[in-house]
Amino acid sequence: MNIIVLAKHAPDPESEIRVGEDGKSVDERGLVWDINDWDRYAIEEAIQIKENKGGEVVVVGVGEACEDTLRKCLAMGADRAIKIPYNSTLDAYRTAEVIKEAIKDENFDLIMAGYQSQDLNNALVGSLLAGMLELPFATAVTSVEVEDSSIRVRRELEGGYNEEVVLPLPCLITVQSGINEPRYVSIMGIKRAKTKELKEVALQPTSSTLEVERMYLPPVKKAEMIEGSADEVAKKLIEIFKERGLIG
Amino acid sequence: MRVFAVAEHRMGELNPISVELLNLANAIKKDSSEALLLGRDVKGFADELAKFADKVWVIQDESLEFFNPESYADVLIQFFANNKPDVVLLPNTSFGMELAPLLAVKLNAPIATDVVGVDVSDGIKVSKYIFQGKLMVDLKLNETETYVLTIRQGVFKEGKEVGGDVEELSLKPAEPKRKFIQYIEPEVGEVDITQADILVTVGRGIDDASNIELAEELAEMLGGVVAGSRPVIDNGWLPKDRQVGISGKTVKPKLYLGLAVSGAFQHVMGMKDSELIVAINKDPEAPIFGVAHYGVVGDIFEIVPELIEQLSKSKG
Repeated sequence: MNIIVLAKHAPDPESEIRVGEDGKSVDERGLVWDINDWDRYAIEEAIQIKENKGGEVVVVGVGEACEDTLRKCLAMGADRAIKIPYNSTLDAYRTAEVIKEAIKDENFDLIMAGYQSQDLNNALVGSLLAGMLELPFATAVTSVEVEDSSIRVRRELEGGYNEEVVLPLPCLITVQSGINEPRYVSIMGIKRAKTKELKEVALQPTSSTLEVERMYLPPVKKAEMIEGSADEVAKKLIEIFKERGLIG
Repeated sequence: MRVFAVAEHRMGELNPISVELLNLANAIKKDSSEALLLGRDVKGFADELAKFADKVWVIQDESLEFFNPESYADVLIQFFANNKPDVVLLPNTSFGMELAPLLAVKLNAPIATDVVGVDVSDGIKVSKYIFQGKLMVDLKLNETETYVLTIRQGVFKEGKEVGGDVEELSLKPAEPKRKFIQYIEPEVGEVDITQADILVTVGRGIDDASNIELAEELAEMLGGVVAGSRPVIDNGWLPKDRQVGISGKTVKPKLYLGLAVSGAFQHVMGMKDSELIVAINKDPEAPIFGVAHYGVVGDIFEIVPELIEQLSKSKG
């Protein structure tokens, strides 16, 4: 089974997120970058399938700085990597088109991506790519079972429900977080990764489907904040609980 | 401008977001708001939708009984061939998030997801959250014939009744490659977090499975139970049936105490109606403070032990 995994190098939303000076972008200072959390689960799932069924895992990254993430995937067990040095934007449509072009000569049975990116949360590139390649697909997958010429997957619905569907190969899935336990990168893995192929494919979209007009902090109604040392805070909280009759 | 809203239903129930889509459609339409209702034996939902739409199109076929993005998109594309849409609205749910991208590709339309605001005064502009609620962005979609948007639930709840008519159509989808097998029921655990009066909910910042004990101890002192947000469940620190959020459970306890819960939208939708919400988080910008009644910017590993100690003293 030959698998293509889409892995995004993305800022951690837990890092310091500020609006840039132009009012249209995120301030790069304070951002901590790593492999997109959902893609970490996707690459792990792909490597597990390869370990059980054989074949090849090719990881595709978008962005000038995506090499760290590609190397990490290679160190985890991917066989080779394709880097598209295009800094993707909120325009998921164009990103999907660029990826489609970059993998046009690849021979694959399955494409896997994370359900969404941890920074832009569009949850689009994977499913748009499936549409463009006319592949059957499923999103937010929580388990994968490989059959002869198909895969049987569960996808997450709302309220704790899942849905079981069967997809003939070739197909595309986007993976929900929690599907597996992503492995840590070993020293041996890092060494081996250095010898693996990392090919660059220079592609740029020629137009856009949307433009950012403004980026800003969301207007929020703020909670009443309780300040003080830990024991003062605890005391106040207990008072509130007592006033409300929540505790005796 | 014709604005179409694709209604969502599952297991015999109409998702109320279908009406929210129509509220938005009515607010931005220039010509008409039209609901699209696909399925098998779904005519019963048409009257409810017709209250809020100028027109309801009912397309029934036995092959549309269970949602399948290929079949649903195929039928909609057949329909749109004779009814050119200006805007197509879908819910930002497991249903809409599979159907919308496929429609966007087939219609060659710009797409924006999880939209919370739409402005049609000059082309189409949308607002949405990014960075899991920490930032907002306004996007201008390039001018074209058709736009596809998925809409966040709970935003467009207000609307007026319109009162439209219902028309039935017969369209058959091509045989889809993907096959629906079955629905899988939620797992049932020992503790039902939806029944608890006091819920101590832990988030990613609990850091390690071993720290769950601290939350358990506090919950016991308060007479409550422990629940978790998505990252805690993903890491296996708590079982799946303890998950609060859209993909887990919706809770309305008397007290929701969030420990290091950041407050991603998918979590907030599952707890926002709690009677009293108290949140402790190190990050002053955590979106949870936007929904909490009381907030503490601080370290749970300092405050929780203090709470436990003072509670045990007061109980003697």
